[in-house]
Amino acid sequence: MLWELFLLFLKVGSISFGGGYAVITLIQREITAKDWFTPGRFQELVALAGMAPGSIATNTATLIGYSQMGILGGIISTIGIILPSLLIVIVFTAFFLRMHGNRWVRSAFYGLRPVITGLIVYAAIHFGVGGEKGTLLSWSTLGMVLICAASLVAVMKYKLHPFAVILLSAVGGIVLF
Amino acid sequence: MKARQQDYMKMIAQLFMVFFKLGPSTFGGGYAMIAAIEREIVDKKAWLKPEETGDMISVAGSAPGGVAVNSAAYVGYKMAGIAGAVTAVLAITLPTFSIVIILSILGLMYQDVPKVAAALKGVHAAVVALIIVAAFKIGRASLLDKSTLLLAGSCVLLLLLTPLHPLYLILGGPIAGIVIIAVKQALGRAVRTEKEADPQNTESDYLEYYI
Repeated sequence: MLWELFLLFLKVGSISFGGGYAVITLIQREITAKDWFTPGRFQELVALAGMAPGSIATNTATLIGYSQMGILGGIISTIGIILPSLLIVIVFTAFFLRMHGNRWVRSAFYGLRPVITGLIVYAAIHFGVGGEKGTLLSWSTLGMVLICAASLVAVMKYKLHPFAVILLSAVGGIVLF
Repeated sequence: MKARQQDYMKMIAQLFMVFFKLGPSTFGGGYAMIAAIEREIVDKKAWLKPEETGDMISVAGSAPGGVAVNSAAYVGYKMAGIAGAVTAVLAITLPTFSIVIILSILGLMYQDVPKVAAALKGVHAAVVALIIVAAFKIGRASLLDKSTLLLAGSCVLLLLLTPLHPLYLILGGPIAGIVIIAVKQALGRAVRTEKEADPQNTESDYLEYYI
């Protein structure tokens, strides 16, 4: 099981271009295939991961490892997801700077970035509607839409710090639900 | 020789201290942290020259993984080689790791308390909003023309309608990019491969994948 966690997050870590939210899609696909959590439980974990500082991807890995295998599982999963970044950054630092202006590299990133955008959009769709059961028009759905819309305005218009938004939404949740 | 070894150990210790302190400030993740790193590494420690931060960001943003962790690896490697990179990454991860474990323990203990569940539900809604913001920001920097828009759109559809693993999309993206650019150049059309810097917009315009 430990080995399985390590390999899973090593794999996720090596292809986690785009950092945080794009990786949620990756992890979600892997976890669904393994049938470790219900979709609702997975979303709870991601929400919890969003409350801590640091990358939401790494935090999600820590939480999944911890809930499957305790502290050791958490450590192994965290190392698994970080190790590839560490190695690749070292290699990039040694070689990449010289090829950054290269036409091929620029073309590759020209194609990679829209894919990352697609992954993040999917994460938003999946995370937004994936776990809701029951009627679409309920008090709970309405409250979620309300908090989500308020958060959007707070970040985009008023440039509120993401963490402040998360704290306020927790308070909002307590009041509304 | 001994003095040099002492200097090296001192550097490793300093790297640990600096990034350990930066760890908890990565709330809001990635690019929110670049400013904190610049203040600490460029202004206070003078480990990097101001013009070198651009290199740091391009390496950290192009490698897989979080920008904050990647930046730590970059600075650590520059200052003290592989051991430095490992130290910096460990130091920046340790505080958040502990916080996540504590949150998880608290979350498991109180998950049946209705008001805790309500608070988490509120956070869930906020995370959806943050993901939308991230999508919007990276979209603005990466959807430069019809081809990139089409590419992103087909990715979303593929993910929604098929059980395709995102790995294939991530591998396919660069290939598509190279093909599209080659075709466009063969047709004699000019293409921008990157967003031009907008002089009006002084706010950080890095590809904001963040958190």
